[in-house]
Formats: sequence, structure tokens, C-alpha cells
Amino acid sequence: MAIGLNLHRFANPGRFLRLADRLLPWLTPASVGLLALGLYLALIGSPPDYQQGETVRIMYVHVPAAWMAMFVYLLLALSGATALIWRHPLSEVAAEAMAPLGAGFTFIALVSGALWGRPMWGAYWVWDARLTSFLLLFFLYLGHIALTHAFDDRQRGRRSAAVLAIVGAINLPIIKFSVDWWNTLHQPASIARMGGPAIDPAMLWPLFTMALGFQLLFFVLLGLRMKAMLLEARHRAAAFAR
Amino acid sequence: MKAFLALLRRDLLLAYRQGIDGWVVVLFFLAAGILFPFAIGPEPNALMRVSTGVVLSMAALAALLSLDRLYQADFDDGSLDQIALSSLPLELTALSKALVHWLSTGLPLLAAAPVLALMLNAPVAHYLPMLVALALATPALSLLGGLGAALTMGSRRGGILLTLLILPLYVPVLIFAAGAIGFAGDAAGLSVEAAGRGFGAHLLLLAGIDLALLAVTPWATAAALRQALRA
Repeated sequence: MAIGLNLHRFANPGRFLRLADRLLPWLTPASVGLLALGLYLALIGSPPDYQQGETVRIMYVHVPAAWMAMFVYLLLALSGATALIWRHPLSEVAAEAMAPLGAGFTFIALVSGALWGRPMWGAYWVWDARLTSFLLLFFLYLGHIALTHAFDDRQRGRRSAAVLAIVGAINLPIIKFSVDWWNTLHQPASIARMGGPAIDPAMLWPLFTMALGFQLLFFVLLGLRMKAMLLEARHRAAAFAR
Repeated sequence: MKAFLALLRRDLLLAYRQGIDGWVVVLFFLAAGILFPFAIGPEPNALMRVSTGVVLSMAALAALLSLDRLYQADFDDGSLDQIALSSLPLELTALSKALVHWLSTGLPLLAAAPVLALMLNAPVAHYLPMLVALALATPALSLLGGLGAALTMGSRRGGILLTLLILPLYVPVLIFAAGAIGFAGDAAGLSVEAAGRGFGAHLLLLAGIDLALLAVTPWATAAALRQALRA
């Protein structure tokens, strides 16, 4: 399999560590810089909304966090699939490393959404379709983390969690389309939609800056966590050999 | 097919002979449901409002009770290794186990549901819709539960972990079952045709979930079993 061979080129942990060492010094300042610029644009450089006033600024954290929560879950399910199909050792490490990050993004999205919902909808929490499916996503992440660590045999936990991640991926389209299928409180999609975004460019640019910053931050943290886990495994193997 | 039926027969016989387990599930279902009149007060209208919802959620919880024994006992005494070595594909083993769970847990819960509904003062018009919705919901609970049982088999704190993994996956099933019952009787002042259409739509969605799970979970469960047997 051509794809399998390609992936196995990066399966070597040593190669990954070298790659991570080369990329992280560039990605880290880029992520911090983008987040700083994005926060400046979001908090100071962009206009308040004509209806929502200053509270619209919560969007610049809420929306990127929610995007990342779904993106990371997609990546988690893909890593699970590569781990099960090609027995790719790095993707198991990657899945274990990214699950807490995804849970963190989901948590940020839920909490910032609650804080935004209080002034806008008059309630911190409503049983709206998108809120409910996002809460389920959070529980899927927690279940994934718990299952990974539930076994004495590490690999068993990682592979069982991979099966769970793949089955749980059914939730992703439900989240994406929940606002269209069940027209409840949460507003429908206003950026990725037919006929272009429904948001003014003055708000769109800060949002994209923040989204890119979140994205880079995720890869920096993922790289650091995977590096730490690989070094730990190497250390343990060395201690065992002695 | 022969091996499938033999496994089904064996598991049903085991479930029947260890009859106390089946009763425990039903008793838990009733006992947990009876907590509600004490917690929210015995006022008939308040109870009527929550009755079918309590029946549904207690059924989901009770279905979890018997799950951790579904594979664990066979795993511990080595019979699961024998079953895996037999001519029966693991996918069909998973299907048989889910079927056994439904027959030994889903059906008794279905039989006990009207009793709990009666004690919670459910409206008479809601009994039949509730039973139909429950009959379509319980197979999904068994299929998902079988997957959870296979995933957590042999883990530390298996039972609690199983609950954490499976309850979120039960939510869509509960949503559509509750949605179907919501159209029962003279709810929301809809005309008979409109209510019937709403009821039917939710039942179709429930049946769709059942079929999708029937197609997906045996493979996922078998994959989980393979991980456990290899380790």
C-alpha cells in the first residue's frame, strides 16, 4: 500500500523527534505572536456588534475553540483508524497526547459559550441541540482519556480508545448540522455557508487570526506532549534494560 | 448459523439458570423509579408530567447493570478464548451477545415498564406509545452496551468506566424515544394526523438508529474483543 509506506516513513520515533525539534522553535513563537495579534484585534481593534455590543468579543475565543474541539476529534478518530489498520505506533502516541488537548478546547468552548449565553439568551445553559451534542463531545473525550488509562497493558488501552474514537466520530456531523436540523436557540452557521460569510470583514479577520493561532497552539502542544511521551518511553526502556 | 444458535442457546440458558441476575435488573428499574415520587413529591400532576421520561431513563440505567457481566465472565474463565477459536466469526459472537442482552434485559424491562408507569401515574394514552418507543430503543441500548462491555473488559473499575463511555452514546436514543412519546395523547394540541406523523417520524429515526448500529457495532465490538484477547 502506497499510503501505508508513506506513513511508515514517519513511524520512526527518532525521526519524529528530530522533526519536532526542528519545527517547534518556529511554531511556538508563530503561535504566540498570532494569538497576541488576534487578541489585540479582537479586544481593541475590532468594532462592537450593533446588536450584541461588547459581548460579541467572546466570539473570538468561543468560535476558534469550538472549531478546534471538532478538528481535534476528527484527528483523534483518524489517528485511531491508522493505529488499528496500519498498526502505526506513532498515531497511538498522538491519539493519547491529543485527547486531553481536545477536551480542553471543548471545555473552553462550553464555558465561553455559557458566559456568552447568559447576556444574550438570558441563561447559562439551555438544552439546545448544538449545546447538547457539544456536551456529548466533551464526554466522549473524557471517556477516551479514561479508557486509555484503564488498563495495566498500555497498548490495550490505546487500541480500545481508538475503537471508541472511531465510533464516536458519528457525533461530528450531528454537531455540524445540528443547528440546521433542529432549528433551536443556537444561531445557524454564518461563516462556512452558501453565498459567503454573513460576518463583516472587520470581525472576520480577527476571528481567522485567532483560529490560526489556536491551530498552531494545538500543534505546538501536541508536539511537546508527544515528545515528552516518546522520551519517557525511551527512558523507561533504558531503565528496564539496565 | 449452527454455531451462532448454539452460542445464543448457551448464553440464554446461562442467563435463565442464573435467574436472579435478570430479576435484579427489573428490581433495580422499579426501585430506582420509585425514588422519584419521594424526591419530587407525590403530587399526581407533577408525576404525570415526568412519568414516561423517568421510565425511559431508568430503563437506560437498568440496561447498563447487566452489561459488565456480558463478556467478563466468559473472559475470566477462558470460554471467550474458546469461542474466539471456534468457527464463529467474532462479529457474529458480538451480535449474539447483544441479542442475549436484549432478550434477558430488554424484554423484562419492557414487561416491567407499564408497572412503573402505573406507579408514576402516567396518562393512559401514553402507555402504548411508550412501549413501542421502548421496544425500538432497547435494541439500540443492547448493541451499544455490548460495544462498551467489550471495550472495558478486563479494565480496572470496569463498571463505572462502562457507564461513563456508554451513557453519552445513549442520549440520541433517549432523545428520539422521548420525542415519540411527546406526540402521544392530546399533547401540544395537535390534530390526530399531525401527531401521528410526528410520532411516526420519531419511530422511523429510532428504527434507523437500530439498523445503523446493527450494521456498525458488531464490527467495532469484534475489534475491541480482538484487542482484549491479544493482550
